[in-house]
Amino acid sequence: MAKQINLTLKVWRQNRGQEGKFETYEAKNIDTDASFLEMLDVVNDELTLKGIEPIAFEHDCREGICGCCGSTVNGKTHGSHERTTLCQLHMRHFEDGQNVVIEPFRATAFPVIKDLIVDRSGLDQIIAEGGYVSVKTGNAPEASTTPIKKEMAEAAMDAAECIGCGACVAACPNGSAMLFTSAKVSQYALLPQGHPERAQRVKNMVGKMDELGFGNCSNEYECAVACPKGIDVKNIARLNREFIKASLTSEK
Amino acid sequence: MKLDAKIPEGPMAEKWTNHKFKVKLVNPSNKRKHKVIIVGSGLAGASAAATMSELGYQVHCFTYSDSPRRAHSIAAQGGINAAKNYPNDGDSIYRLFYDTVKGGDFRSREANVHRLAECSNQIIDHCVAQGIPFAREYGGYLDNRSFGGAQVSRTFYARGQTGQQLLLGAYGALSKEIKKGGVTMYTREEVIDVVVIDGQARGIISRNLVTGELSRHEADAVVLATGGYGNVFFLSTNAMNCNASAAWRAYKKGAAFANPCYTQIHPTCIPVHGEYQSKLTLMSESLRNDGRIWVPKAKGDKRPANQIPEDERDYYLERKYPSFGNLVPRDLASRNAKMVCDEGRGVGPTGNAVYLDFAEAIERLGKDAIVAKYGNLFEMYNRITDEDPYTTPMMIFPAVHYTMGGLWVDYNLMTSLPGLYAIGECNFSDHGANRLGASALMQGLADGYFVIPNTINDYLASNKLPKVGTDHEAFAEAEKAAQDKLDKLLAVNGKRTVDDFHKELGHLLWENCGMGRNEKGLKEALEKIPKIREEFWKDVNVPGSADDLNQALEKANRVADFMEFAELMVKDALMRAESCGGHFREESQTDEGEALRNDDEFCFVGAWEFAGLDKEPILHKEHLEFEEVHLTQRSYK
Repeated sequence: MAKQINLTLKVWRQNRGQEGKFETYEAKNIDTDASFLEMLDVVNDELTLKGIEPIAFEHDCREGICGCCGSTVNGKTHGSHERTTLCQLHMRHFEDGQNVVIEPFRATAFPVIKDLIVDRSGLDQIIAEGGYVSVKTGNAPEASTTPIKKEMAEAAMDAAECIGCGACVAACPNGSAMLFTSAKVSQYALLPQGHPERAQRVKNMVGKMDELGFGNCSNEYECAVACPKGIDVKNIARLNREFIKASLTSEK
Repeated sequence: MKLDAKIPEGPMAEKWTNHKFKVKLVNPSNKRKHKVIIVGSGLAGASAAATMSELGYQVHCFTYSDSPRRAHSIAAQGGINAAKNYPNDGDSIYRLFYDTVKGGDFRSREANVHRLAECSNQIIDHCVAQGIPFAREYGGYLDNRSFGGAQVSRTFYARGQTGQQLLLGAYGALSKEIKKGGVTMYTREEVIDVVVIDGQARGIISRNLVTGELSRHEADAVVLATGGYGNVFFLSTNAMNCNASAAWRAYKKGAAFANPCYTQIHPTCIPVHGEYQSKLTLMSESLRNDGRIWVPKAKGDKRPANQIPEDERDYYLERKYPSFGNLVPRDLASRNAKMVCDEGRGVGPTGNAVYLDFAEAIERLGKDAIVAKYGNLFEMYNRITDEDPYTTPMMIFPAVHYTMGGLWVDYNLMTSLPGLYAIGECNFSDHGANRLGASALMQGLADGYFVIPNTINDYLASNKLPKVGTDHEAFAEAEKAAQDKLDKLLAVNGKRTVDDFHKELGHLLWENCGMGRNEKGLKEALEKIPKIREEFWKDVNVPGSADDLNQALEKANRVADFMEFAELMVKDALMRAESCGGHFREESQTDEGEALRNDDEFCFVGAWEFAGLDKEPILHKEHLEFEEVHLTQRSYK
């Protein structure tokens, strides 16, 4: 049953181009059926009416699929609940009187824009290097021409579920984007449509990842724990195999 | 203003083919001389941007999100329709066309709908080629499921995340073109006005959401792919940032707005549970393939679901509509849920919910099969409500979901403002008064991949489009107006938050212009909306400044437009004194409580022209002809 709780929030506040710091706010009479972001809405409304600028945080669909939201809550990306984005984390998982520390996703490749909002455009740049099949509109053959083994299609879908939130990068001690990149590489390595470009895809995407300041993978597996969609680290192993194969062949 | 739908001559099945031959082409070396602005990067916007760049146009694409992949198309769950007839159950392009016209309650334009059905198969071909992991059967071939309003299985899907997969496909195509240099992508840039020069749309004003800087962009044509206006109700299944602003500014610059009263209330959403609630969550229509909808037969029966014996349950959709059962179209499913709740038979703490029960399906197919089909949806339900739908029936209630109305467009998808196009949900064209499930993804992608790349050339090739320069006074004026409005919002410095006003407006619309509408309620809303708007401009509190990332200001600017748009929506609902699809006028119903159309008086598209501030908008009627699907009272019994 829903009840109301009070929390003390320590929230990272930072303006563009300035140093940031924690500020403390009280979150009062929060309904335990509310989501974490709805709790922030309530706090923001109070701040606004007190003349304090509300906390900036990124959010959109609030259904756990757009990948916009994400902050580190008490040291955990998207909070402590497994396989859950911050927007789907509900206040029933918090205790009355609890202290809650809220910070932006921290990574070298994710500079803070404001408060809890970071710049994740590096992930788009990695995709632009080959996270697609280069098929022009109008080129496609009849859809049933190529049967695809159900298990392969399912495994590709498991990888394709990535929402691009960046929690894997923030959770990694090296700030690596390996889980993110490997999910896309895997999707196309598993499906025949992705095969013509597989060698150049993995080389270019990994190259871009390095160039943008994402760290290396040292098999900590924090990424998979943090992932709200349960993307498996097996994808990283698949990326490594793809990368080695691509490096061994002269294919571009 | 004179509306010309430009429907091609000839038999229905040949119109699109003939039209593609007849429109003027732009030769490949001239395409690169044309710059086209696309506003929005959802299914329609991203697919159009990618395809037009492939063809050689200079495309500039804008999104207010941090990445094109965030667009709300991503949240579509259930699937995408196509007339492939893989299950061999009697489907065809003609049947998809027929079902869509009928599902839309005879308020859509036949020629557009037929073209949509024709494009549906190419979409599936293209998406499979893009490597979208659609659900497959053990033989390796594509699987299908059923959706409301159809008696065939024509819905392709990727688990409960079809929209996500299709959007990521379009985003991939867009990324490919960004890399190639054909598309210039602007993220965190909100388009806040359309610039019109000599009667043609020639550019936009946008605001950088990080720095607050306004900028001017010139183009030969502008394509809006900005989605629907469901958030006017405050609570809806739309994402928090969805808004009507770009479409509304286009209306104020001369594009007619069609059928704004057509709003789709989706039957299966998680019920409202508190004042703090910021949005509603949809449970996919696909659940109605296996879930059975019921309420107790007796009023006020407060026993838990599992203590209500079978013979004391009313499976009201199966009872009233035996041939479609739980898979009736959305408008019928929603209205019937409201009816049983109004009778006092609703369930849950508020009495505003009905059960969606999987017990029978779990017994028939086994829990594993249900996990495989709907696992992610059940998980989402559990996260939000803290209840386990495998053991307790889900509770659902209708919520605002999709808007069939939108900018009026001709067959080429051009609005009544030359050079301005509208694609996807932001136009009015294909769904009439009610959209069938799994048809939004189909329309967004048809418009973007296959229609607009074949129609925009006609305009670009037949018009002289001299360079105007962003120092043109029309750009300066539009920029100044935008800046003044932002400054004005910040200067009010009142005592109420933007959300507070938005909730007040939304609540009024839900009560008076929601699932049931009547003359008295609509007139009352028309009196109240201007007062709320006036109060908004007197007492809203928007903190911060205009030259910084300021989410309250972004929201206030959008809500200010909703305050104006709401009035047009209600006016349209009052004008249309008939019931059709999602627009249910209580005065116009059959003895059995079904929507009663009035074809003699209302068989038209109601397109409104902006006549100036504080002036009544002008109604233009595009009469609808039905050559193929004859006007009949819709029946799903």
